Amino acid sequence: MLIALPVLIPMLGAALCLLFWGRSRPQAVLALASTASMLAASVWILFGVRDGTILTLNFGGWQAPFGITFVADLFGAIMVTLGAIVGLAVMAFSVGASDRLRASSGHYPLSLTLLAAVSGAFLTGDLFNLYVWFELMLLSSFVLLTLGGERGQLEGAIKYVTLNLLSSMLFLMAIGLIYGTVGTLNMADLARRIDDLQDPKLATLLATLLLVSFGIKAGAFPFFFWLPASYHTPPPAVSALFSGLLTKVGVYAIIRVLSLIFDQEWSLLGDVVLVVAGLTMVTGVLGAIVQNDMRRILSFHIVSQIGYMLMGLGIAIGLVGSLGASSPIAVLAMSGAVFYIFHHIIVKANLFLISGAVLITTGSTNLKEVNGLAKSHPFLSMLFLISSMSLAGIPILSGFWAKFVLVRGGLEAGSYTIVLVSLAVSLLTLYSMTKIWTQVFWGEPDDLKSPPLDRRTKAWVYSPIAGMCVLTICIGIGAESSARLALDAAEQLLDSSRYIDAVFDGASAQIGDAP
Amino acid sequence: MNSVIFQVAARVLLPVMLLLSVVFLLRGHNEPGGGFIGGLVAASGYILYALAVNLPESRRLLHVHPRTLISTGLLIAILSGVPALLVDQPFMKGKWIEVTIAGFEGVKFGTPFVFDVGVYLVVLGVTLLMAFTLEERYQ
Repeated sequence: MLIALPVLIPMLGAALCLLFWGRSRPQAVLALASTASMLAASVWILFGVRDGTILTLNFGGWQAPFGITFVADLFGAIMVTLGAIVGLAVMAFSVGASDRLRASSGHYPLSLTLLAAVSGAFLTGDLFNLYVWFELMLLSSFVLLTLGGERGQLEGAIKYVTLNLLSSMLFLMAIGLIYGTVGTLNMADLARRIDDLQDPKLATLLATLLLVSFGIKAGAFPFFFWLPASYHTPPPAVSALFSGLLTKVGVYAIIRVLSLIFDQEWSLLGDVVLVVAGLTMVTGVLGAIVQNDMRRILSFHIVSQIGYMLMGLGIAIGLVGSLGASSPIAVLAMSGAVFYIFHHIIVKANLFLISGAVLITTGSTNLKEVNGLAKSHPFLSMLFLISSMSLAGIPILSGFWAKFVLVRGGLEAGSYTIVLVSLAVSLLTLYSMTKIWTQVFWGEPDDLKSPPLDRRTKAWVYSPIAGMCVLTICIGIGAESSARLALDAAEQLLDSSRYIDAVFDGASAQIGDAP
Repeated sequence: MNSVIFQVAARVLLPVMLLLSVVFLLRGHNEPGGGFIGGLVAASGYILYALAVNLPESRRLLHVHPRTLISTGLLIAILSGVPALLVDQPFMKGKWIEVTIAGFEGVKFGTPFVFDVGVYLVVLGVTLLMAFTLEERYQ
């Protein structure tokens, strides 16, 4: 039951929020309460799986290959916890920053639905169920994106929804093909049976279809256009929620599907993933350089960072393909990807929250229109400095360790090209962070057009940002334990038999074996 | 619309369709039907009424706002999974009791039915929310 809670709690919260339509205060209280209890539940799950056990839940008591199974392994539990952290921070920020109309209508219930869908995607052990969570995510994010109906929002939303629908369609096609050829959609069952496929080319086709469809969701090269076109248009709280979670669900799905199901395709796919990773990094960061708006720059950096996560995955599966499973270097590279994801979710969401704070204090996020925040708002500037340096990978902060693990994995695996690319991209990331810093925070303060924020708004806006900053520093200082957590998660990911055994324990395994 | 025949027909059809939707809902467990179809049929009754007579009248007959239906339905559907937890079984596992309704003994009443009622309300609420909003813009 426990592992269904991160989905059920926000869903319940969303249903209750609907009852208070038109009243922002009770909705805000409900949203904060449900994200806080969602966080508590996911931390509880994380402690439950910390020692390597994998928790499963068969909904309605239907055994594994027939019913819908929820599976919480270490990686899934980490992702759910991060989702809850971002959710809580964004809800707190919304209390201070949302305008009255949005806050009293759809903002809270839709954000909660989005959070429920994200946790569902992280926890499900069934491919079709994953599709359902993806659709729920797409629908709620689409409405969040267009809520308010401003011109820019609609333009971004159309690009967003078109490409994402394309991705859903490809995913659905892949699901149809898989069900037609293998006869099961339970991921653990699929992992055992896909080796029996008569035609090995079919497995390659299926893996490619899924890779492309999740690649679109993740914003990987060459399917990233929708992301920078849409992320800067909605209110800041919404773009923070998106930036922290949506693309990462795509990355999660790629990692889950490749590591669990298509392990025989690895030597082939490893290079593909690496090339995609390199191109994603480079195009993302180059796109960011020419931008002149804080939120647009940050959107392009999401794309670039997705490349780092794929890099870890690519190195790992390429190695396993050539050296065989449980090679320590592969585990190291994979743990780099996992570490990078959890560093990135926190830092990226936080940078978007900060750009939101800049937007509501000055009325703009354009680099040319905002100046001298370091003098007028020193606390906010310090928070930005911490997060942006963490993103660029300056030592002690979480980003440094995430990149360190990745680069070390890459060097030991002998993938020098991708390591070189990643270091160069790192430098360019530092360049665009410095650009934001010099233009927005340095210089003489402008006369602010918008009135100064009142104390209450300030408290709600700054406290989640400060909290996330503390978190990124903590991950950096406690790098040892964070890295160990990532290593354990990676080891579990690469050894798919543990996942399969956890889903089919004891008697139910026989039912699964029956033709 | 000003056709008298249409108006009179819609007034008669609304209660019939609501009754039919409940029949669909009840037989849904073992035969074609269920909460989804029931909700759609009920919603089309109200939509028909709104088209034939007028929108405010149809809203008045619904008594509650469609949004309330959505949230009540969601809550009912989520709560239908809880009874199984109380006897330490997986969430959403079907639990049945036999009750006597109107002299019929041994009528089976269970959590899947409660879930279906939730679906019925959600579908009714969503469909009407969309249809009424569109109709409002049109007028």
